[in-house]
Amino acid sequence: MSSILVEHISKHFKQVNALNDITFSVDRGELFGFIGPDGAGKTTLFRILTTLVLPDSGKAIVNGLDVVKDYRKIRQDIGYMPGRFSLYSDLSVEENLNFYATVFGTTVEANYELIKEIYVQIEPFKKRKAGKLSGGMKQKLALSCALIHKPSVLILDEPTTGVDAVSRLEFWDMLKRLKNSGITILVATPYMDEASLCDQVALIQDGKLMTISTPSEVIKTYPWRLYSVKSDDIFRMLNDLRMFPGVHSVFAFGQAAHISFKNEGPDQNAIHRYLENKEHSGIDVKPATANIEDCFMELMIKQ
Amino acid sequence: MYRQEAENIIVVKDLVKKFGSFVANDHLSFEVKKGEIFGFLGANGAGKTTAIKILCGLSYPTSGQLIVGGFDIYREREKIKRNIGYMSQKFSLYDDLTVFENIRFYAGIYGLRRKVIEVRTAELMAKLDMKEARDKLIREIPLGWKQKLAFSVAIIHNPKIVFLDEPTGGVDPVTRRQFWDMIFEASHEGITVFVTTHYMDEAEYCDRVSIMVDGKIAALDTPEQLKQDYRAGSMNEVFLKLARVKVN
Repeated sequence: MSSILVEHISKHFKQVNALNDITFSVDRGELFGFIGPDGAGKTTLFRILTTLVLPDSGKAIVNGLDVVKDYRKIRQDIGYMPGRFSLYSDLSVEENLNFYATVFGTTVEANYELIKEIYVQIEPFKKRKAGKLSGGMKQKLALSCALIHKPSVLILDEPTTGVDAVSRLEFWDMLKRLKNSGITILVATPYMDEASLCDQVALIQDGKLMTISTPSEVIKTYPWRLYSVKSDDIFRMLNDLRMFPGVHSVFAFGQAAHISFKNEGPDQNAIHRYLENKEHSGIDVKPATANIEDCFMELMIKQ
Repeated sequence: MYRQEAENIIVVKDLVKKFGSFVANDHLSFEVKKGEIFGFLGANGAGKTTAIKILCGLSYPTSGQLIVGGFDIYREREKIKRNIGYMSQKFSLYDDLTVFENIRFYAGIYGLRRKVIEVRTAELMAKLDMKEARDKLIREIPLGWKQKLAFSVAIIHNPKIVFLDEPTGGVDPVTRRQFWDMIFEASHEGITVFVTTHYMDEAEYCDRVSIMVDGKIAALDTPEQLKQDYRAGSMNEVFLKLARVKVN
């Protein structure tokens, strides 16, 4: 049974089409990722699902309840962590948690098991004001507060934005454990590498869904021949590769560049020779498999 | 581009910054070469922002010797400010001014003449492919444009060094790469780039990278050498090996 069902949702603000005919569904217990840059429409969509904004048209159902008609009931069922830190800065860690528990008519003790693993990490600072916490600790407190009433659906808006690589990894470990306890999780992120950690991903750009699938299916649909190319001077190499006859796209990927060709394209030796002629050193050309970021950029080019 | 023999544009010796009993920067020592892209990495709270503020002349160190762009951090802070550019994740552009007004404002602060400003603006609009946006308010243009414009404005006075504090947060992957093309170009023109980022693939684009852990520099080298030293396949792995020890 689907936990979230969205059909033909659209929303505009003045001239901006924030969401354009969005349709998708999330199964119970699924970890579903919305991957897209700032301004793609992720936050607007999440605000509609959390009953904070009304859609212009379309229908959204959460746990069998309509986001417009049954908004009061839905609020009891969901946990929401907004993108901007929105706990009370002048209350302590402990006070914030108690406040949220009380608002939802429960106690910290009643649901402590669910948040224990996260909360123990910030418990040593429980007397500290929330506004004085580091970024990583704020994030853990916000997640604890979103979970304290034992929601069946958890909606997280860019929980890892501006967070370092270590904290991001730990945060995703926590999400996996929450998912295993049966909670449906909808998470938005601008980090493409987090897509592979989701059961299903929706790639979103300019208010439109570009694709919805499992991460491995998304990768399989990448249509072109792709090579990974290295040389000692990456900047000059990028510019030279862009002039390669018949090239489709050239993008930097860390220490290498990904170069794609429609149809057959040249073989790797031809690329090697081309760079040699341009006096590059340390040349290495290998066939490459596309990752989510390749796919996202390909879908962007297509639009 | 990093060249071993190039002159040092930033020299930091035993930089210490304390806030009460908390040591945010614990004896940092490093040099940055002219024209280099220097990646300044670290976990949240490792002390990066504190160090950048000092390097930009916005805050005094508790102790240590620092030379930035040939100027002393204690005695020549105003000269430092004239010779550096700065861009942060929260754009420094004014939302309710137009693109041109923002350029004129920043260029004016750095003492560029009106004629020069007109010419530079035209060049910039052509280069960024933003001609039709010249008279639009900043709040009306897309995030990717703002970011590229903010970078261009940060180097409009041809500074010796530009500091970029998480410049690419939240943008789409194509824009992120176009932004790095601009960084490469600035570096090729001799501007030193000092950059922080949470995207570890971007760490690979740097000539050298330092990684801060708990207020100290835990590692500093070329990405290639760091990957060898830590037997890691990517900078992401290097970062995790170094920074994961501590959990905040």
